[in-house]
Parts: sequence; structure tokens; C-alpha cells
Amino acid sequence: MSIQQVQAVRLPRLLNGIPDQGHMRLREHLEIHSELPTGHGRRHKRRDAAGLLESIEEAGLYGRGGAAFPTATKMRAVAKERRRAIVVANGAEGEPASLKDKLLLEALPHLVLDGGSLAAAAVGASELIVCVPRSANAARDTLTQALRERERERYDSVAVRVELVPDRYLAGQESALVSHLNRGPGVPTLTPPMPFERGVQKRPTLINNVETLAHIALIARYGSEWFRELGTRGQPGSMLLTLSGAIEYPGVYEIEHGAPLGDLIEAAGGARSDIKALLLGGYSGTWLPGMLASTLSLSAEQLAPYGAGLGPGIVLALSEDACGVAETARVTRWLSEETAGQCGPCVHGLNAIASAIEELQAGTAATGTEQRIARWTSMVQRRGACAHPDGAVRFVASALNVFAEEFAEHAQDGPCPACARPSELPLPARSRLAAAA
Amino acid sequence: MSTHLRVNPITCEAHGLCAELLPEMITLDDWGYPIIDENPVAPELLEHAQRAAAACPTLALLIQRRQP
Repeated sequence: MSIQQVQAVRLPRLLNGIPDQGHMRLREHLEIHSELPTGHGRRHKRRDAAGLLESIEEAGLYGRGGAAFPTATKMRAVAKERRRAIVVANGAEGEPASLKDKLLLEALPHLVLDGGSLAAAAVGASELIVCVPRSANAARDTLTQALRERERERYDSVAVRVELVPDRYLAGQESALVSHLNRGPGVPTLTPPMPFERGVQKRPTLINNVETLAHIALIARYGSEWFRELGTRGQPGSMLLTLSGAIEYPGVYEIEHGAPLGDLIEAAGGARSDIKALLLGGYSGTWLPGMLASTLSLSAEQLAPYGAGLGPGIVLALSEDACGVAETARVTRWLSEETAGQCGPCVHGLNAIASAIEELQAGTAATGTEQRIARWTSMVQRRGACAHPDGAVRFVASALNVFAEEFAEHAQDGPCPACARPSELPLPARSRLAAAA
Repeated sequence: MSTHLRVNPITCEAHGLCAELLPEMITLDDWGYPIIDENPVAPELLEHAQRAAAACPTLALLIQRRQP
């Protein structure tokens, strides 16, 4: 066996056999990944459930929604509650720069549904709710078809339903999702109680990102040792990553944790221009200088010294031609508009920061504005019911650092020619319309 | 067990009474919302803390007992 062949069987895992169009049917899914231990309506035994939890723990699987919490710990917390649990597959994906959850739901729904069904059995739940964004028509239609295929084969022993969630940045935040599923306003609530204690219908609720569930579908089949054959000690396995920006073939890639970013960019056809800066982890993430593109490795351990992480698996390469100040100003305004509007420090703080950045861009800011922004970014931290202000100020503080020269130039001279270029950072259409109006 | 202050940021409406009644532990930010000292409430301040919590019009100031 040549080295290439060895490489070829290592990856892809989740994306193995992904169809060019439409979704992978149940029969093909079972041919590629084999039958589940619990497939075709077979009742899950208590022993199987304990075994799966152990496998997930040994695998070292952590959550793929951005918070990177150990999955087995979360599942055990739900399992030990007395009341019957509910499992929620979180595909809300409010992060504009992330596409991986929609891809999984549109193309590989049976991986997600297998994982959800297994997780439900493992925590003693009889119901699985799959959450998709209201605008994600393709994902919703695919799920409906996939569920029909599974019903025909009597494949699941849990009841599964699909719920649409608002197209908002915070819709997938755990307590906001619980609020929405309970027919509430769908905004974050004060925790505790955590969803694992009291969630949907006041039941203990396991909320897992859809990619996390897809990994569970594979761990249940191939085991924890197989899972750990890829990745780093601290972060075993593979991950889905949305790579976009100044990249020849932007899209969703499956990589091994710890893979060099340079290799990924090369596999994606290379950069379309010099890279000015990298945004890691999305709009609650961290900007880093573009020159690091050839040296960074994509794992939590290796990014931590830079104060960065991958969040829900996002790398965005900003081109040399873009204006870092304009891009920062637009996203910061959007983040301030995406506040749930409940907590004063978030509502007022993010608005003040966004306005100050707009003034810096316009060259109309009073002296001391940069110091004021710095003061406000530390002032709003950890003062919301959810982590939205924390993420927003991480984005802003790292932007002021990486684009320091550009900010100083704008403060002095006002907008630069590149300010008028179209946004490279994706923002939902609603905001763009509002900005144009 | 130690006693801590916590504000419910969702119900807080920046009336600011807490900072008046317990300036030793509560200051206000640029928009009038309380910034809470995260250290345990000293025994001699406990009565003031309770008074501040009771005075809050939205009952957003919480006094919590925590395991060390």
C-alpha cells in the first residue's frame, strides 16, 4: 500500500462518499458506514448505552458548536437526571461564516440522525428534535425525505421531529434554543438552571451540535481507538471547517485536528491574493496577522498561545486589498444589532463600540476614542446573560490590534479607497439591505 | 460557604439604587448598569447587601450562598 493510499483511508470520515448533489440515501449510507448496532428499530439496551458513553469519553469527543465542551460529560449530566430527557440536534448555525452544519443536514442527514438517535438512547430520551434555520429550505427538505426513508425501514426507535428556528446569530445559543422550543421569545435566559437540568418542556435536555452527533454516529460504529487515530492528544479526531475569503475554492473541508493551515489553503487551491489577516472562529473569534497563514496549525493547543481558537470551525482569509477597518466596522455594527436586547451592558456597550469604530473609519472620532473602545471592551465582558458581548469584544479587540496601522490612518485621514469595496466578510442579506437603505 | 452578589442582567434596568446603597462592592458602568465585585461579601457588609437587594425595583440583585 502506498503512502497516498494510507492517507486516503484516513480522511474523509464524515464527508466520505458525500454526493455532488442531493443527499446520501439511507441504503448508500449503510453501505458506506455499515449498520448501526441499534438500527432497524432494535431496542437499545442499557448496557449499549453505557458502552457508547464510555466510547465517547475515551474518544475525547468535544462539542463542535463552538464551546468545545466534552461531549461525554454533558451527556452524563443529562443521563443522571431523574426525568425523561429530550435530545436536540442543534443545526441553527447563526454564524454567517459557517456552512458546515447546513452541509451536513443537506447532504449527509443520516449521519446526524444516527448520532441523534444514538445519543437519545444513551441518555434515556424518547424524543429527538432537529433544529434548522428558517431560511435553510434545502436542509429542511432533505431532513423530511431522510426521515421518510428511515420510517419506511423502521430504522429509529425514537420519535424525531424537525423544528425551524429564527435566522438570528443567537438562535442556536443553548438557552435561547430552549426558549424557542418552549414557544418562548427564543432569546437567552439566565442560567442556571442549565438546559441539562431543565430545558425543553422542563425536561433534562441534551443539546448537541449536528457535527458532534455525526461524530457519535461514527464512534458508535468504529470505536474510540479508531477515532483517536487522527488529531492531537488533546483534540483527537477530525473536524469540519468552513474556509472562506481570498481562497480559490472556499467551502467546507474535513481536516485532522492539528493540520497545518498552509496545507489546507493549498488543498483549497491556494490563496487568490496575499492574505492581509486571518479571522479564526468566526464573528466571536480572533483576528491574526495574515503572515501566520503559513505557520499556524489548526488545533486548540496550538492556537491558544495566539489567543485564538477555531470556534465552530471557521477560518476566513481577508485579502490584502480589503480594508480591515471597513470590514471590522460592518461586522461590529451587525454584532451590536444581533444582541438579544436584554442586557444593558451588551445593548449599550456594543452599540457604543460600533459607533466609535464607525467614527474612526470616517475620520471624525474625537481624540481618545481608541482608549474609550478599549475601556468599553473590558467593561462589557462577562456582563451579559450569554457570551455574546464577550465574543463581540474579542472580535473587536483583536481587530484593533491586527489592523492598528489602518485604524490610525483612518482616524487621521478618513475613509480609504478600499473602504468602498464590497464586504469580504459575509453578512446576512437583512443587514446589507438595512445598511443600503 | 461564602456569600456572593450577582446581578441578573436581563431584569436589571439600571435604576442604580444598589450602587448607592453598597458603594463598597457596586459601581456603575458608563450606561448606569452595576459592576459587581466578585469577591465574597464581607460579614460587616452583609446587612447593606441585603438592603441593596431588597431595594432593587426589579429584584435584579441576587445574594447567593456558594460552596467554597
